[in-house]
Amino acid sequence: MTIPAPAVAGPGKTLAAKAPETAGRSPGRLMWLRFRRDRTGVASAVVVIFFLLVAALAPVISWLYGKDPYTLYGQDTPGLLNDFGYPVLPNGGISSEFWFGIEPNLGRDVFMQLVYGIRTSLLIAAAATVLVTTIGIVMGIVAGYAGGKTDYAIGRVIDLTLSFPSTLFIIAFMPVVENLFVSPDEETPVWLRAVTLVIMLTAFQWAGIARILRGQVLSLREREFVEAARVTGASPARIVFKELLPNLWTPILIQATLLLPALVTAEAALSFLGVGMIEPIPDWGRMFLRGTQVYQNDITYLMFPGVALLVFVIAFNLLGDSVRDAFDPKIKR
Amino acid sequence: MLRFLTRRALGAVVTLVVISAVTFFLFFAVPADPARLACGKVCPPELLEQARHNLGLDQPLFAQFTAWLAGIFVGRDYGGLGHCPAPCLGYSFVNKAPVFETILDRLPVTVSLTVGAALVFLLFGVATGIIAALNQGRPLDKIASVSSLIGFSLQIYFVGTLALYFLVYQNQILTRPQYRPFTEDPLAWAAGLALPWVVLSIIFTANYTRMTRSTMVEQLGEDYVRTARAKGMKGRSVVMRFALRGTLTTVITIFGVDLGALIGGAIITETTFGLQGLGRLSINAVTDSDLPVLMATVLVAAGAIIVFNIIVDALYAFIDPRVRLS
Repeated sequence: MTIPAPAVAGPGKTLAAKAPETAGRSPGRLMWLRFRRDRTGVASAVVVIFFLLVAALAPVISWLYGKDPYTLYGQDTPGLLNDFGYPVLPNGGISSEFWFGIEPNLGRDVFMQLVYGIRTSLLIAAAATVLVTTIGIVMGIVAGYAGGKTDYAIGRVIDLTLSFPSTLFIIAFMPVVENLFVSPDEETPVWLRAVTLVIMLTAFQWAGIARILRGQVLSLREREFVEAARVTGASPARIVFKELLPNLWTPILIQATLLLPALVTAEAALSFLGVGMIEPIPDWGRMFLRGTQVYQNDITYLMFPGVALLVFVIAFNLLGDSVRDAFDPKIKR
Repeated sequence: MLRFLTRRALGAVVTLVVISAVTFFLFFAVPADPARLACGKVCPPELLEQARHNLGLDQPLFAQFTAWLAGIFVGRDYGGLGHCPAPCLGYSFVNKAPVFETILDRLPVTVSLTVGAALVFLLFGVATGIIAALNQGRPLDKIASVSSLIGFSLQIYFVGTLALYFLVYQNQILTRPQYRPFTEDPLAWAAGLALPWVVLSIIFTANYTRMTRSTMVEQLGEDYVRTARAKGMKGRSVVMRFALRGTLTTVITIFGVDLGALIGGAIITETTFGLQGLGRLSINAVTDSDLPVLMATVLVAAGAIIVFNIIVDALYAFIDPRVRLS
């Protein structure tokens, strides 16, 4: 059972004319109707979908554009880079052929780097988001529902995880984890680095969401409908899946929408510090790293990942806010 | 109050020991040999063996850990390799100095960076948040929320580098970020850190504006605020004495988290501006496989987070009488 959204409870004064229709609206449908009316929300959703489409269609874009993110155009074609490895043309070598310019030194196409870079960042962030949310849900519900010693134990683990200096730890541990699978003189496979990044990000992020959900479960557990279910002999599994979980989807969804951009920036920050994705896989974070190395001579190169990430994060944060407003009209920002 | 603090302090010590144990055992898997570092580049096998013995590396892992823990209180002697006085967090053979000295040497950089920026973003963020809340829905509020959304989504390495490019290299408005001790020349100290302060503030202010505004709006709708108004209290004193007080708990929570994280080592900020603080020290320790320094920086960072958590919890009690230590 779910708590009925307030609007369902009675046809309001303004909705009186459409009363019969209102009666059949599910909470999900109401949420959608409310969301559709939110212009900022719809606009940010469009931007987010645009980013997702670009990531999904990267090979198609590459085919239409006629270039790929790996070829070293600047080195293959003389006259594009000068003797110092910087683009000859002004503004980072932007031209009708290279829309966003050329990467200094290596001479790769910046537009393609950016398009394929979304893929890497989004895939890693999305995988970590799914893992973080799953672990967070399990830990939060177990701690909140079981209570007692289990709750205490999980609570201490959460506290401990939150006290770790996570960035420093991830940087320090990257070589340790890889050392377990790859001998020092071998090269790290790309998939292993990606998996390590996802695991590391997950290890330090689950605690936050678990703590929030634990609090929610603690208050839900005492509610009448859970008590009623227990009295009528519902099994713990039924209470968790049919009574508690449906009421937790809102905070879970909100947390997940806010988590994804946070993880994209966290991954970018790690790449910036030199422990992110390895060459030649295109990655926004590594573009930042390169951009901050060459900014004195070629500031344009830094602008593209910078502005792209800014737009992406703003859109996602706005979307998160709108989703929250749509789900819970009581909370006003 | 005293009982509360003692209990929390004990808890903090336990957490720190657990964190250092986890760090210690996990880092043991790092492909680095401290004895080789201590011995130097050209090292005959028998000398290496000697170094290993002096460092205690031939002991079982657990004994090594307890020796390391004991060193913090009584100091350690590494045979002929070096001596490390009382608060001994280890001896770095990369820096050729006790780790504690290096940490003390770098701490002022990080503290200066943090304190300067924190003052700006706390005052500025709370002020804009209050103004936005009092002008709810009006243009001022809209400006505040749009700019805080942008600030919230900006990255230090992006804004910081842009600021370096436009304010330092192109126009020479500010000097290149560098650290000069406050005691030597306060003006040079402030000038050298001005740019990092501004950039950190741009990014952190946003969160304070958002939080202050939303909590303030909530507070202004509370019954006790309405009662105060109804009894004829002036608008300004209602805001200052009632609504602001309720808002402060939220602000202090995030301020504690931010301060703890920054003092523990503003890794990205220090990297962006090339400042040699604790964050930079830890990154260098990773690159050089300098385990003692790495251990110590992790411990200091975790310690900072924990200490500020306790301070925040204690402050709650002063601000909000309802929390008074249940």
